Amino acid sequence: MKIPMKTSKFRGLALATAAAGLVLTGMSPADAETLRVVMQSGLRNTDPTVTTAFITRDHGYMIYDTLLGLDSDFNVQPQMADWEVSDDGKTYVFTLRDGLEWHDGAPVTAEDCVASINRWASVDGTGMPLMTMVESIEVIDDTSFRVVLTTPTSLLLAGLSKMSSRPAFMMPKRVADLPASEPLTDYVGSGPFKFVADEFQPGLKVAYVKNEDYVPRDEPASWTAGGKVVNVDRVEWLAMPDSMTAVNALQNDEVDFIQQVPFDLLPLVENADDIEVEILDPLGAWTYFRMNHLYPPFDNKLVRQAAIAATDQNDVLQALVGNPDYYQTCAAVMGCGNVNGDEYGKEWVVNGDLEKAKALLAESGYDGTPVVIMAPTDLAMAAPQPIVIGDALRKAGFNVEMRMMDWQTLATQQGNQAAPSEGGWNIFSTYSILATSGDPFGNTPLSTDGRKSWAGWPDVPEISALRLDYAKAATAEEQKEIAKKIQKLAIDEGVVGPLGQFKIPAAYNTQWSGFLEAPITLFWNVSKSEG
Amino acid sequence: MFPYVIKRVLSSVPVMIVVAIVVFAILRLTPGDPAAVLAGNDATGEQLDRIRESMGLDQPLLVQLVTWFRQLLSGDLGESLLSGIPVTRMIGERLAPTLSLAVGTMGVTILLAIPMGIVAARKPGGVLDRAVMSFSVLGFSIPIFVTGYVLIYLLALRFGWLPVQGYRPMSDGLWAYAERLIMPIMALSGVYIALVARITRSSIIEVMGEDFIRTARSKGAPERRILMRHALRNAAVPIVTVLGIGVASLITGVVVTESVFNLPGLGRLVVEAVLARDYPVIQGLILLFSFTYILINLVVDILYTVFDPRIRY
Repeated sequence: MKIPMKTSKFRGLALATAAAGLVLTGMSPADAETLRVVMQSGLRNTDPTVTTAFITRDHGYMIYDTLLGLDSDFNVQPQMADWEVSDDGKTYVFTLRDGLEWHDGAPVTAEDCVASINRWASVDGTGMPLMTMVESIEVIDDTSFRVVLTTPTSLLLAGLSKMSSRPAFMMPKRVADLPASEPLTDYVGSGPFKFVADEFQPGLKVAYVKNEDYVPRDEPASWTAGGKVVNVDRVEWLAMPDSMTAVNALQNDEVDFIQQVPFDLLPLVENADDIEVEILDPLGAWTYFRMNHLYPPFDNKLVRQAAIAATDQNDVLQALVGNPDYYQTCAAVMGCGNVNGDEYGKEWVVNGDLEKAKALLAESGYDGTPVVIMAPTDLAMAAPQPIVIGDALRKAGFNVEMRMMDWQTLATQQGNQAAPSEGGWNIFSTYSILATSGDPFGNTPLSTDGRKSWAGWPDVPEISALRLDYAKAATAEEQKEIAKKIQKLAIDEGVVGPLGQFKIPAAYNTQWSGFLEAPITLFWNVSKSEG
Repeated sequence: MFPYVIKRVLSSVPVMIVVAIVVFAILRLTPGDPAAVLAGNDATGEQLDRIRESMGLDQPLLVQLVTWFRQLLSGDLGESLLSGIPVTRMIGERLAPTLSLAVGTMGVTILLAIPMGIVAARKPGGVLDRAVMSFSVLGFSIPIFVTGYVLIYLLALRFGWLPVQGYRPMSDGLWAYAERLIMPIMALSGVYIALVARITRSSIIEVMGEDFIRTARSKGAPERRILMRHALRNAAVPIVTVLGIGVASLITGVVVTESVFNLPGLGRLVVEAVLARDYPVIQGLILLFSFTYILINLVVDILYTVFDPRIRY
């Protein structure tokens, strides 16, 4: 719904008066129409281009906007801009819609958007290969710019509508000119909420107020596409280190929404009268393990296959999730439920095949080299997997050495290319959301350019070539065929060991409604009932 | 006394410098990389190198140390590597909840534990003594998080008298401030009451056997006066020592209590900073904690002279 500017300004004045009234009466801002939210972690870094942390991405969607959005049918839709493409598929002209303003009141210009694209593309997994196919990006006028490609590619629209692991958020040029290695300190965006910098307490609390001047699109909201209509005055994100405290606070009406309820605490909220438990992310997440291709024993393809065959996804998911209502087995590295999800290898990847694992290990000539598994102890979503994998590998005949550590140490160590005997590693496990794993560029483990690629450093030139073919494919069908070939190679080469998929439910007070079903948690469209 | 205090304060400077160097070295020698924390899970080596460079972590350790000391000399603890917010501001925001919890807990402890210790010491082995000692054993034995959850269930969820969690500054109103501290103080003070009551009891029992107590009794002084004026004052030194240690440990981190009741105190900040390898924040906090210990030790030493005039510096 489009809010007329006059009404919007009137509402702004009314809100300002109300805010002054709150101050005079000693009421806190929390007494206004405030949605109080417990997110999965505390926000510390506020730059969604520097980091791929989910909490920072979610923060990005609050205060920034994107040129394009993705709807629930995976279709790219206009958001800040619409586009036209030339017949040869090489020239795109983007035109900004009317009424776009930065939070400081300045108009959003094409120059701002070009600078933002450049900053994003300098570090993003889709943006970087895209830029190798870009001949030029030039500003036409204040509201339009042109992208000329050297070859037709789907990466341009896919990148600009990317939902996670670095969405292409638009920022004012003065902000976007900062190198993508330096976190920004200017929080001006053009999104539906404004960041309240004075109230920001890293790791504790973030407050956003409604951007009264934001003009939403007319279409209904669908994932990151459509109208971002804000129905609350304020949203507060509160970090709670103890999930039990968050659940207690929800039961006691001290918070309104919990982004992720741990599976073991679900019985506390599932049967409560005034609490709704809902899976808002229809795709969920997938978990997987990665082997270090640089050193023995996983420099041998047969050993990698043996490790995958040894691991039963059911055991992993039972340990990780427990409740089958919230998990499913899946062999597809690009995700079951995603368009490109193909289950090649299902028969031995999903349920494991211990005999096959033993046979492969024998054929490989494995000499008992210790397998160092990094095991985090402090992250519930990543702690059980290494323990189950270690047990499975021992049964298959591997010599396993578990290395326990906290998650941040693991995050640091995963980039360590030293030999396992000198502080390096052989296996670690993690998880990603499926919404961004459905194509070979958003899917981080499918980067296979050796030491230049992501942790594990697989060197599979065939996959790298297929990724480029994917980018240049003309149709979705063609892309799907290429994705199938990538799936086969990823499993056969042991690029990644899929461990299954799961969905984490959210919980909220029933006086609130309108939470969008989407792979990321979005706070537009939400409203409080009158009663 | 005054020259002594000045001497002690000055002697704390080299201690702080040594602490600063040791903390700096330990942080750099332990595994972990703030750049990796900042960049997230998907970062490549090249991206991490660029972030390290922007953080100044690519510089030689000596250069980093000198840069930090220069900042310290100008009263600047630096900025968080993750949020870019000044460390002094971050500590300042977390100080009030921590001090509120520490003062409240110590207040309740002194008000309850010392009388309990005195009552118990009056008739060792008697009913009250056994009751106080039983409470002490319970106070020591029950983990704080269990006490916390039980309190939350009863006082917040069952009866709805108090909020489950959070902290409000005093400027939001006295009750809004106090109601969120009642349960954390109750949960935390159980342990300290148990400790101080036991120390008070044993110290008084020991003093009650001294010659000067016998003299006071033979002069016909009432038992109550003997206990309060003679015994308690002489038993104060160990009690003050324990209280001092208690205050210091309350300020430097009660992570479990802060987590269970979602209090934004220094304990949580230090854990978060360590997990995130946020070097400037950890360094600033450790310096603050060292200074706290030095200051509290000094105060305790001065209090010794108040309770026992035989002690002179």
